[in-house]
Parts: sequence; structure tokens; C-alpha cells
Amino acid sequence: MSTKTSAKAVRELLPSPAPIRFVDESGTAVKAPAGYAIPPDELLREAYRWMVVGRRFDTQATALTKQGRLAVYPSSRGQEACQVGGVLALRERDWLFPTYRDSVALVARGLDPVEVLTLLRGDWHCGYDPAATRVAPQCTPLATQVLHATGMAEALRRKGEDGVAMAFVGDGGTSEGDFHEALNFAAVLKAPVVFFVQNNKYAISVPLAKQSAAPALAYKGVGYGVPAEQVDGNDLVAVLSVLGAAVEHARSGRGPFLVEAHTYRMDAHTNADDAGRYRDDDEVRRWAGADPVRRLETYLRGRGLLTDDDVESARTQGETFAAGLRARMNADTEPDLLEIFDHVYAEPTPQLLEQREQLRAELNAQES
Amino acid sequence: MPTVSMAQALNTALRDALRDDERVLVFGEDVGPLGGVFRITDGLTRDFGEERCFDTPLAESGIVGLAVGMAMGGFRPVVEMQFDAFAYPAFEQIASHVAKLRNRTRGRLALPMVIRVPYAGGIGGVEHHCDSSEAYYAHTPGLKVVTPATPEDAYWLLRDAIADPDPVVFLEPKKLYWAKAEAALERRAAAPFGRAVVRRPGRDATLVAYGPSVPVALEAASAAAEDGLDLEVVDLRTIVPFDDETVAASVRRTGRCVVVQEAQGFAGVGAEIAARVQERCFHSLAAPVLRVAGFDIPYPPPKLEHVHLPGVDRILDAVDRLQFDDRPDVRHLSRGAA
Ligand SMILES: Cc1ncc(C[n+]2csc(CCOP(=O)(O)OP(=O)(O)O)c2C)c(N)n1
Ligand SMILES: [Mg+2]
Repeated sequence: MSTKTSAKAVRELLPSPAPIRFVDESGTAVKAPAGYAIPPDELLREAYRWMVVGRRFDTQATALTKQGRLAVYPSSRGQEACQVGGVLALRERDWLFPTYRDSVALVARGLDPVEVLTLLRGDWHCGYDPAATRVAPQCTPLATQVLHATGMAEALRRKGEDGVAMAFVGDGGTSEGDFHEALNFAAVLKAPVVFFVQNNKYAISVPLAKQSAAPALAYKGVGYGVPAEQVDGNDLVAVLSVLGAAVEHARSGRGPFLVEAHTYRMDAHTNADDAGRYRDDDEVRRWAGADPVRRLETYLRGRGLLTDDDVESARTQGETFAAGLRARMNADTEPDLLEIFDHVYAEPTPQLLEQREQLRAELNAQES
Repeated sequence: MPTVSMAQALNTALRDALRDDERVLVFGEDVGPLGGVFRITDGLTRDFGEERCFDTPLAESGIVGLAVGMAMGGFRPVVEMQFDAFAYPAFEQIASHVAKLRNRTRGRLALPMVIRVPYAGGIGGVEHHCDSSEAYYAHTPGLKVVTPATPEDAYWLLRDAIADPDPVVFLEPKKLYWAKAEAALERRAAAPFGRAVVRRPGRDATLVAYGPSVPVALEAASAAAEDGLDLEVVDLRTIVPFDDETVAASVRRTGRCVVVQEAQGFAGVGAEIAARVQERCFHSLAAPVLRVAGFDIPYPPPKLEHVHLPGVDRILDAVDRLQFDDRPDVRHLSRGAA
């Protein structure tokens, strides 16, 4: 019996040694990488608009946090190419499994920004309707959502729907057991799922070098038989192209695909974090030079796909979006306190009904 | 009525569920051609195909996490954890997602899924094969926790669990797998899900038990009857939802209560029951509610489990301390003074 591994089979699983890139930091097109196509012009223009709006949403959310309107906000400033590219690679019938950091992605998916911020505002539920939007609740227990995406993909496959599930996960999350179990299960089941790692170089304070000794996180695919690619995560054209191919791979029945995007978290982990304790300003300044929004703008202008008017209109759209968000978030809401008992089970248990009555009596006593 | 073992009853329940609802899927470790290490899934892959009952890679968090996604996608997964202690890798998925998804989505997503766990001791198992893990699950809001004590209940409670809109942790007492009893599996006589039942009526004291402890409590009641004591035995059937009504009604009738559990006693389900009984039945009680439980030690090796497991004698000893002679039980006091 032969147990020899085919070198060709291994090669087919490996990512390119250098991240795929179409546009360099200055916004200039580089020699197009083999095997990947430039996304359609209209999609690139749409991506630009969402990146501008997304960034404005992000800075607005950070401001609202400082004003005490949000309990906490994990910013994705600097990661807009991933946030928007990930979502635009999906169709409406596909499912998205985001993390706490991916609010901009949800906005780009078309969700109501106030609903998106419900949890971060300090409420007990995710705000939006996951069934209607095909977006799972933003997930905080790291990498657990990667298994859910795999299960959903398997469900879609079994139902004969040609939908795909995409799981977002961070560089730190790839160290969690669930990430590995998900890759393994997905490969064995041939589930149509795309694993999208946003490697923003830090897990709170812990730098990548202390997180993993892999040549790149994309190499985590080969051991499970999952093909993988790495991409410049601040190059929207590359992110969209590579994720588009990954989604197509999954949709066409060829099983899961892993994509690692190299990007950078410009802000601290959350507003509560002090990034000065673990990284220096030089590093942040260097990455500011690789800004994904400006890069796409320069590139699209160079190709004649973006005019001054377009840029101004995207900016205005962002301002309108932020103003609307501000107004709605500054309105005080009255949460229905008694509802906290209603969705623990389909029908509250007798004990929960008793506790509901107890709280109702306490509240009534406070009022009178 | 046919006589079946609990293992057969569970197998029949899975078969009938697979037959009646095409959304039902069975998966886990070795549940395919082997039929599970306890053979509960025997023949399911053969009869329903690999699509409906299949082996997964060996990872418990993976199994439960996959089931979460599949339930979100419209299926009704029934997964098997091979043994009680080997369900622990899945605990994060169970506590953070299985239990919470309905709440986190304000009721928009339900997770109808069942996690079957062969549990508890009494089979001479080596370490990590005999844990009584019910308290971990019962302490987690959002989970329903079930443990049958008879083949008939095993069948109907499993059918109920699979049909339930909420996630259910279904704890199967390993030592009862092979115990046979008459069971009506065709037409339901079993009590509804969420209700405890009085397995044996009695006037003098109530023994509250669940799962593997029910037969022991019944045996103790028979032995006590020979001494002229008439004990009532209540079988909880579902730990969550908890049937306060049936338990309290029994204790109000008898005025005395002993709670029996195989699990280690500290912070266990029995402690919760004792507290609830005291809160509800204080004026009916003629003696403190006592607990008979396993010792607070890691589950002991096969040669020692007989001293650990609450048996008939330990239950009868507790019944003796229910102050039938009106003398207070001062054991704890005298120990403190020594
Ligand atoms: C299982 C688990 N352990 C620890 C945490 C606390 N925690 C929240 S975010 C985070 C860092 C995650 O880093 P990464 O996966 O790189 O994602 P990023 O925040 O950079 O987007 C940690 C440790 C958690 N949420 N879940
Ligand atoms: Mg990170």
C-alpha cells in the first residue's frame, strides 16, 4: 500500500509566497498576478463608496463611545478594504459570520447601523434579524463562529441551495482550537465555506510573532487539505479579486477555502485599550502610508473611474450617514426591562415567569 | 406491552424521529457503522443512509459548533458525545452559543438540537468515563436538561427533546442502558415533558431522585416498607424545566424529604432542590431536607465506586435521620464541638 503524498496535491493547497496585490501603496497598478482577474469597474466604484462611508461610520462610532453613547467600540479603521471586500464578494443568499470588529462590514452589507451597534450600545441582543439579513450575530468568543459558518455551509449544501458561508476571524483567533476544528470539518465535509482571516498584526496587545510560527497564517490550510491564499489586505482590488475566487471555489462544490489578508489595526483594540503600551507610533505611521481608502482612490482616479464629483459625493454620503447615526444614537431609548425573560426559551419556564413577576413588582414599587 | 432495554428504546426513538422528520440528523464519534460505543445508534446509517447518520472527525467542540450552524440552517441535529467527561471540550460552544443564541437574537433564531451524553457511573468505568455532569448544564440558562430513568421515558423524552424548539442536553444514565422494562412506545402514556412523576406513592417521606438514582430510591422505598415506613418516590425526568409543583405537592403531603443524587453533593442539583423545597414547604416540614449524594471527590476507580455511589443503606440512613422520633439530628453540632 502506498502512503506517499503527492507533491502536486500539496502545491495546489499552498498560498502564493507573497501576498496577492494589484495596486501598490502609492495607488499605482503593479504587474497583475497570474490567475486573478481585476473586478468589474462598477464593483470597484461601489467598494470605494462603501469604504468612505464605512470609515466615516467607524470614526463616528468611536466618537459616540467617547461621549458615552456606546459601551465599547472595536474600531476597524485601516481595515476597510477587508471589511468592504469581504461583503461585496458575497451575494444576498450567502451567509456572513462576523466578529465584534466587523461592524463596518455589516454596514456595507446594508444593515441598519443603529441595529448593528445594539450590542455595543450595551443591549442584550444583536439588534438585527439574522434570518432576514443572513448575518449571524457578531461573535465575541474567538473563532467559535468559524464552526457555525461551517455548519451553515453544510446546511446550505444539503438543501441544494448554492449559497456560501463566510467566516471572518482575526489573526489571534487562528490559534483557537475551534478554528482548526472548523477547517478540518469543512474539508472532510467539503462544505462551501470561506475562512477570511484579517491579520491586523495584533490580538489586543500580542503581536503576530508571539501568536504563530507559521510562515504565514494562510499556511494553516494545507494541514487540513484546505486550499489557501494570502492577499494584501489594504488593496481592495486584490481582496475583492481573491475573495471572489474563493467564494466561487466554494460555490462550485470544490469545498472550503482559506484567505489571509495582511492589514493593520490603526486604532487601539477598543476605546478601553492603551496601544502605546505595546507598539510605537512609527509603526502606526508607516501603516498610515498604506491607507486602503486613499490607495483605491488614487488607483481609480488613475484609471479614469473616479472624478472629483464622485469623491465629493462619497464624502457627502458619509457625512449624511454619520449625521443620521449621531441623531439616532443620541435619542434615549427605553428598554423593555421585562423582555429579558422572554427569549431564554421559546416559552419561559414557570421559574422565569415568577422572576418576571418579581421584577415587575420591584419596578412598580420604584415608580410609585 | 413489549419489554425493552433503555438502549433499545433510545434507538427506536432516534429511528422514529429520523423517519418522521427529514430535518433530523444524527452525528458524532463512531455513531455510523459501529452504532456508537453503546450501540444506541445501531443500524441507523444502514437503514437511513450516511446522509442522515454519520461519523464526524474527532472533536467535540467541532461537533457541537457544526450542529449550531446546521440548526441555524434549518436542520435538527441530534449529536452524541461519546462519554460525559469527553463533552467538556464542547462546553464553550454549549454555554456561549447553544444556550444563548435565542436570547442573543431576541428570539429570531432558534436552536432545536439535542446533545446526547451517556453519563454517570455504576458500570465500573475507568477515569473520565463516569462523571455526573448535570449541574454544569442545569446551571446554564437556555438549556433544557433531561435524564430518563425508564425505557419508556427514554423513548418519549428523547422524542420530545428532538421536537423541542430549544436545545436539550439529554443525559443517558449508562448503568440503565441494559435495564429492561415494559414500555409503551407506540401510544403515549408517559407524562408530558417538564413534569415530574410520582413513581411510588407513600405517606411518610418523599425521596426526590432523577436518572440513575431513581431505581436506587425505589429499592430503598421497598426496603423501608418492610420496616413499616411508607416512602414516596418522585422522579424529576427533566431537571430543567424543573417541576416545583409536583415536588412541593409531594413534600407537603409527606412532611419529610430526602434528595438523592449520584453526583458529588457540593453545589449540585440536589442542593438546589433542597433549597426550593425548604422555600416552598417550610411549614409542612417536620425535619430538615436531607441530601444523599456522591462524595466531593473525583469519580473513584471501579473498585471503589460502590463506596462512593449513594446506595440503599445510605438513603435509609438519611430517612432514619428525618426525626420521626421528634429528636433533633445533632450530628453536625456534636462534630463542631469535638
Ligand atoms: C475565547 C476567547 N478568549 C479571549 C477573548 C478576549 N479577547 C477579545 S478580542 C481578543 C483578541 C483577538 O485578536 P484577533 O483574533 O487578532 O482579532 P482582532 O481583535 O485583532 O480583530 C481577545 C483575547 C475572547 N473574546 N474569546
Ligand atoms: Mg488581530
